[in-house]
Amino acid sequence: MAPIAALAIGLAACSAPDDSAAPAASRSASEQPADPGSITVYSGRSEELVGPLLERFTEETGIAIEARYGDTAEMANLILTEGENSPADVYYGQDAGALGAVAEEGLLATLPDEILDTVDERFRSPSGEWVGISGRARVVVYNTDALSEGDLPDSIFGFTDPEWSGRIGWAPTNGSFQSFVTALRVIEGEDRAREWLEGIQANEPSVYEGNNPALDAVAAGEIDVAFINHYYLMQRLAEDPDVAAANYYLTDGDPGALVNVAGAGILSTSENEEAALQLVEFLLSAEAQEYFASETKEFPLVAGVEPDADLPSLDEIGTPEIDLSDLSDLEGTLELLQEVGAL
Amino acid sequence: MVTLASLRAAGTRPGARTPAPPAWLVGAGVLVAMLGLLPIAYLLILAGTSEDATSLVLRDRTLGVLGRTLLLAAIVTSASVLIGVPVAWLTARSDLPGRRWWTIITLLPLVVPSYVGGYAVVAAFGPRGALQSLLEPFGVERLPDLYGLPGAALALTLFSFPYVVLSVRATLLRLDPAFEEVSRSLGRGPWRTFLTVTLPQLRPAITSGALLVALYSLADFGAVSLLQFDSFTRAIYVQYRASFDPTLAAVLALMLVACTAGVLLAESRLRGRGRYHRSGGGSSRPATPVRLGAWRWPALVFLGLVVGLAVVVPVGTIGFWLARGVSVGESFATVWGPTLNSVLASGLAAVLAVLASIPVAVLAVRHRGALAALVERATYAGFALPGIVIGLAFVFVAARYLPFVYQTLPLLLVAYLVRFVPEAVGVTRASLLQVSPRLEEVARTLGRSPARVLREVTLPIIRPGLAAGGALVFLTAMKELPTTILLAPTGFDTLAVRIWSATSEGFFARAAPPALLMVVVAAGSLWFVLRQERSR
Repeated sequence: MAPIAALAIGLAACSAPDDSAAPAASRSASEQPADPGSITVYSGRSEELVGPLLERFTEETGIAIEARYGDTAEMANLILTEGENSPADVYYGQDAGALGAVAEEGLLATLPDEILDTVDERFRSPSGEWVGISGRARVVVYNTDALSEGDLPDSIFGFTDPEWSGRIGWAPTNGSFQSFVTALRVIEGEDRAREWLEGIQANEPSVYEGNNPALDAVAAGEIDVAFINHYYLMQRLAEDPDVAAANYYLTDGDPGALVNVAGAGILSTSENEEAALQLVEFLLSAEAQEYFASETKEFPLVAGVEPDADLPSLDEIGTPEIDLSDLSDLEGTLELLQEVGAL
Repeated sequence: MVTLASLRAAGTRPGARTPAPPAWLVGAGVLVAMLGLLPIAYLLILAGTSEDATSLVLRDRTLGVLGRTLLLAAIVTSASVLIGVPVAWLTARSDLPGRRWWTIITLLPLVVPSYVGGYAVVAAFGPRGALQSLLEPFGVERLPDLYGLPGAALALTLFSFPYVVLSVRATLLRLDPAFEEVSRSLGRGPWRTFLTVTLPQLRPAITSGALLVALYSLADFGAVSLLQFDSFTRAIYVQYRASFDPTLAAVLALMLVACTAGVLLAESRLRGRGRYHRSGGGSSRPATPVRLGAWRWPALVFLGLVVGLAVVVPVGTIGFWLARGVSVGESFATVWGPTLNSVLASGLAAVLAVLASIPVAVLAVRHRGALAALVERATYAGFALPGIVIGLAFVFVAARYLPFVYQTLPLLLVAYLVRFVPEAVGVTRASLLQVSPRLEEVARTLGRSPARVLREVTLPIIRPGLAAGGALVFLTAMKELPTTILLAPTGFDTLAVRIWSATSEGFFARAAPPALLMVVVAAGSLWFVLRQERSR
C-alpha cells in the first residue's frame, strides 16, 4: 500500500483548489515516461452529473477513463452478476446501500486510511471498503402557494397526522426513498417504521415513479408536500426560477434528516489499482468537491469546502447517527413496504 | 405444448404433404429459438436457488399484481386493434388525402420511449396538466385522476397501437383484391365485403400485431411506473433494484414467462389454421384505392385525434423542453455521436432480426409441426421479459464463459436480436401466409434448390413485409434502454441512454435534443421503408 499512498499524496498536491494551471499539470503527466493506462468506472451516477469531472481527471492525470453509466442499483447488480470477472476498476454509486451490498459480497478492496480519513466517519464504510464523495439530504419539498415553512411539522412523524390526508406524495419504488425507510428501521426500530408507513398510507399519498415526477406534482399543486432528495429542486430552479416549491429540512437527528452519500469503492479484482486510487483521491480533492457544491448542488464531504449558498450546512441539518452501510438491508425494507401495501 | 402442437399438425389438411424441411432451415430456426430460451434458462438456474419461491408466488399481492397486469394487457390489446386496423386500412387502401404522410406519422409513436411518453401523458392530461390549464378559464380546477389503470392503458395504447398498423398494413398491401372484387360483384356492399372478406384475411396480421402489443404491455416499465400502475414488470424491477438478490426477481420473471405462454396459446387459437393465398392461377396485383367520398371527413378527424394524442402530445412535450433548453444554452453538438451509435446498433439489429425471422417464419408456415411450433414460440420469450432480465442473463453467460465477447457490439446485437426478433417473425409470417406455395413448387419443379427458391421467389415477393419487420425492429431497438446499459461496449452512448440519463436527473431541457433526433431518425427510416413499398 505504501507506494499507492505516496502516489495518492502526489496527486492531491497537483489538484489543490488554487491549481489553475491545468496545462502544466497535463504537461507533467505527458512527460511521465510510463503510460498511466486506463481504468473502467461503473457509474451509478449519470454522465450529466459526473461526466465533466471524469474528463477533468483525465486531463490532469493522463489516465483514460472508460465509463459505463447506469442506474446505481443496476450497476451494483451488474457487478454482482459479473462477480470475479468484472472489468470494472471503480464502482461509483449514489446510494450507500448499493455500495454496502457490493462490499458485502467481498468485491471491494479496503481503501487506505489517507483516503478514508478525509471524510467524516458518518459518511464512509466503517470497514473501509467505500468512501462517501458527496452528500444527499432527504427533504420535504412543499408547494409555496399552499404552505409556508411554519406550517410544517418538526418531525417526519408529524406527517402521519390526518390533517395531511390527500396532500402527500412519495415514490416508494425509488432507491433514495427506500434507503430512508431502511434508516427509519435502523434508527427507530421496525415497529416505529411500520407505524410511520401505515400512518402515511392512511393519509392516502399519491404515488410517483421517482423524485422528479413527485416534485412536478408539488410544483403543479397536485399535492402539497413530497419526500424527495434536496438537489432536485435546486436543478429545477436553475431551469425555471419561478417554481412554486421550496425545500424543508428536518433537523436534530430526525430520520427525515438523513444524509445519504454518493460514494466510491475500488474493486478487489482491479488490475490498475493505482490509477483507481488516484481517481478516488481526485473525487475527494477540493476541485472536485467544489464541483459538487456548485454543479450538482450536493453537499461536499471534505472539510473546507462549503455547500451552495442556498443550502444549509451539514452541521445545521444534524443527520441521524447511523452506519450508512446498514442501508444495504433493503430486503427487509422491501418486505415491510409490501406488508403495509406501499409497494 | 408438444403434444398439442403435434395434434394440430396431424389435423392439418387431410392428405396434405408437409414436406420435411431442409436441415439448414431447421438448424437456423433452432439456433434462433435457443437464443430466445437462454434468458429463461438463466432464470430457472437462479430461481432454483431460491428457498421461498413458492411462498412468493402464492402471496396475495403477487397474484393481485398478476391479475391486474393481465387486465391491462387485455385492455391495451383490444384498444390497439380497434385503433390500429382502421388506421392501417385508411393508409393502405383508401384515397385519403395525404396518405403517405399519415402513414409515416401514425407509425411514429413506436419510437417514443415509454419513459418519455409517460411523462408527456402526465404533463398533458394529469390532474393539473396542460389540458387543465387550457380549461382553467372555464372553471376547471382539476381534471379527474388519470393515474392507475386508465392512464397506463391510455399511454400504452397510444405508444403500441402502431404494431397492429404496421403488421396489418403489410398484409393489406399484399392482399389479392380479387377476393374483394368477387364479393362486390356478387352484390355485397363495401362494408359487408370488408367484414366478411377482408377482415377474415387480416386475421393472422391482426393477431400477430395484437400479440406484440400484448407482450409489450406485459413487459413495459416506463409508462406503467410513471402512471402509477402496479404492474408485474414494476414488481420485478423493484425486486431487482432493491434487494441486490436476483433470485426472487427471477421467480417473478418466470411467472411473466408463464403469462407469455398463455398469451401465445390464446394467439395460436385465434390465429386459426386457414390458408390465405390465391389458389388459382394468375397473380395478385395492387388494389385500387377505395374512394371515401364524404367519409373522408370523419376519417380525417379520427386520424387527427389519434395523431394528436400519440404524436403531437409527446413531440409537443419535447418541444417544450427544447424551448427551455435553448434558453439555457443546450445544443445539438454533443448528440451526433450517440445518434450514429443508435442508428448503427438498431440498423444492424434490424437486419439480423429480419434474417433470423425468415427460417422461423418459413418453418412455421411451410413446415407445420411440433418442432416448428416450438421454434416459433421460443422466439417470443425474449419479447415479454423486461430488458433488465435479458440484459443480466447475457451478462451472466458472457462475463463467466465468453469473456472475449463480453461488452462488445456483437453481443449487444445478439441481445437485441433475442429481444426484438418476435417483431420481425410476426410480420414475416403474416406476409408469407399470403404467398401461395404453388409458386415455390413450380420453381422447385424447374430444378431450383429450396434455398434458391427462397432467395429468388419467396423473399422478393414478401419484401414489403420484410422491410416492415425491419423498420419495426429498428424503431423499437432505438429506444431500448436496460440491455444497452448493461451490454453495450463501455462508452457506447446511444440516444436512448442520453435521454434517460438526462431525464433521470431532471435535466429535461438536456433530454430534448436527443429525443427530437430520435423522432427525426425514426421518421426518416419510415420514409425509406415506404419508398421501398412504392418501388416494388
